[in-house]
Amino acid sequence: MKKMLIALIAFAFTSTSSFAGPKIEVLHWWTSGGEAAALKVLKDDFAANGGEWLDMPVTGGGGDAANVALKARIVAGDPPSASQIKGPTIQEYDQEGVVAPYNIDPIAQSEGWDGLLDPMIAAVHKCQNNSGPYCAAPVNIHRIDWMWANKAVFDSNGISVPTSWDELNAAAEKLQAAGIIPFAHGGQAWQDATVFEAVAMGIGGNNYYKNCYVDLKETCLRSETTVKVFDQMRKLQGFTDEGSPGRDWNVATGMVIEGKAGFQIMGDWAKGEFTAAGKVPGVDYYCAATPSNNGYLYNVDSFIFYKTSDPDKQEGQKLLAKLMMGKNFQKVFNLYKGSIPARLDVPMDEFDKCAKTSNSDIKTAGASGGLVPSFAHGMAQGNTMKAALQDVITEHFNSDMSSVDAANALADSVLDNM
Amino acid sequence: MAPAVGLIGWFVYGFVLWTLYISFTNSKILPKYELWGVGQYVKLWGSRKWLIAVDNLLIFTALFLIFCVVIGIILAIFLDQKIRAEGVLRTIYLYPMALSFIVTGTAWKWILNPTLGIQKMFIDWGFENFTFDWLVNREMAIYTIVIAGVWQSAGFVMALFLAGLRSVEDEIVKAAKIDGANLFTVYWKILLPMMRPVFFTSFVILVHISIKSYDLIVALTQGGPGISTTMPALYMTQTAFHKSQVGLSAASAMMMFMAVAAVIIPYLYSELRRENAR
Repeated sequence: MKKMLIALIAFAFTSTSSFAGPKIEVLHWWTSGGEAAALKVLKDDFAANGGEWLDMPVTGGGGDAANVALKARIVAGDPPSASQIKGPTIQEYDQEGVVAPYNIDPIAQSEGWDGLLDPMIAAVHKCQNNSGPYCAAPVNIHRIDWMWANKAVFDSNGISVPTSWDELNAAAEKLQAAGIIPFAHGGQAWQDATVFEAVAMGIGGNNYYKNCYVDLKETCLRSETTVKVFDQMRKLQGFTDEGSPGRDWNVATGMVIEGKAGFQIMGDWAKGEFTAAGKVPGVDYYCAATPSNNGYLYNVDSFIFYKTSDPDKQEGQKLLAKLMMGKNFQKVFNLYKGSIPARLDVPMDEFDKCAKTSNSDIKTAGASGGLVPSFAHGMAQGNTMKAALQDVITEHFNSDMSSVDAANALADSVLDNM
Repeated sequence: MAPAVGLIGWFVYGFVLWTLYISFTNSKILPKYELWGVGQYVKLWGSRKWLIAVDNLLIFTALFLIFCVVIGIILAIFLDQKIRAEGVLRTIYLYPMALSFIVTGTAWKWILNPTLGIQKMFIDWGFENFTFDWLVNREMAIYTIVIAGVWQSAGFVMALFLAGLRSVEDEIVKAAKIDGANLFTVYWKILLPMMRPVFFTSFVILVHISIKSYDLIVALTQGGPGISTTMPALYMTQTAFHKSQVGLSAASAMMMFMAVAAVIIPYLYSELRRENAR
């Protein structure tokens, strides 16, 4: 019996240690419903290609807990092979020296990522200040500047989808007069900022947005246009109900679904709530871009690949990068998640109306200079600056601060954190 | 004994020193070890959000302390009257203490939400103009945190005072009554002045709860509306994990540490001195 046990243990050890092949340890927080199902597709693909996947899911706080776990492992000198990191934060980790050498760059070159991605989105995934080798892989593109509206509510009040902010205000006033909450909003800092950036791009225009929120020019932040953006925010605040502060985004979406409220401004993950409630775009609800001049606010989820000396893990990183950017995963994952593939050559036949609009709009926006990174979702700025902007926006939205004061506070907050 | 001392030495005092060191570095997303000076402290005291957090802490601590002690004493005196079913009542008052602040915060969030809780109830009863919107009003939201905090902790203060009152010898009360003192005078002039150590203990416990309070705010307001109910502990975690400013966060942690130390050290000192005097 004892001998058998020893043999069994020995077998168990040899069987793991003798494994030679691609190996990957992935730290992520995709553990719920559609995301978990989509990730399983990737895991199965990985296994089918002879790889071994060590899963490290960390749930809680929309990635907060995962970020804490990640930092702890990096400080301990044992980073996972890959984790969910996006936008400028990719560069911050690169500057800490935990990414180089860039193991996945050869794959990116041989697969021709430069040709598959929009150049702006490709740059996000290149280390050494967005111009060096690839060190991260994108999995999707979320659009932020969406307006989700209840079609029955709009129709019965004789409202069509607004194409300007003035029309939107008029529509909201009409709903308010009819006793319906016009604007379903969750008063949390990130949601206030989400609405703000859609307003800023719409009212200020694409160049204004880039000057202010990508390049952080002081004159732009203090300008008359910023004051107008805050004015519009104040109007929108008047269209919310008093239960709004602190509400979660999906509760606000639920208000639109049930017809208690007219519309919500939220990224395309809100679509999942409509789908789960059995609603069909164009029939039960509208998904329309918020008014802007061919603008498109993007938010891309990515995986970054850390430095590792284990050759098996290096192989694993290459295989994972290849599969992640593969047409199959990009399609299946985004069907689940409500976003669109980061690769622009994936056939859109199986996607719904909203995703098709998103896919064609991003191409128009890309060609006309309207494709801009979302700062509220950490694509335009690192975490420090994002919070600096967000703090002022949410303070203005939740107080009686004047628009001029808010514009100046925004500029001051940015300068303080430079 | 020795391993425990070693573990506490490292995991408590070691990390306090580590945090102190980090607060003098320019650590951003990950800790760095080159010294940078007092820049983080300068930045901290120039930050509007931190100043709001400090203001809130002062308001919260003052009100939390006063209401907990006053309500705690009143409840303790009532229970001290040899009433029926004292055990049951004591348990009811003390029970909130068994809940975590997260539960307290979530429950009060629903009770105070104007579209779900008290306000809606009164409106449904026909008081159309009734408003109670403190939770969503940026000027008043900090007081909702006081309400929830007092609800949770007043029972604990009651228990401390009840134990204190019960430990007083019956003869003292009887003697006072013979001298013609009424019940109010007995408590006000004799018993409460004897409760000085209990006041002191309550003060130390409540103040350090309020300086560290984090979970209650996360559950109740998440620092909102806007940033109006930010408190130091919330500022610290947000700065470290959302803003990627580990150095600045360490500086705020040290400020909190000093505030707690300012309360605890005199307490420990007086306790130790009393023991030595024996």
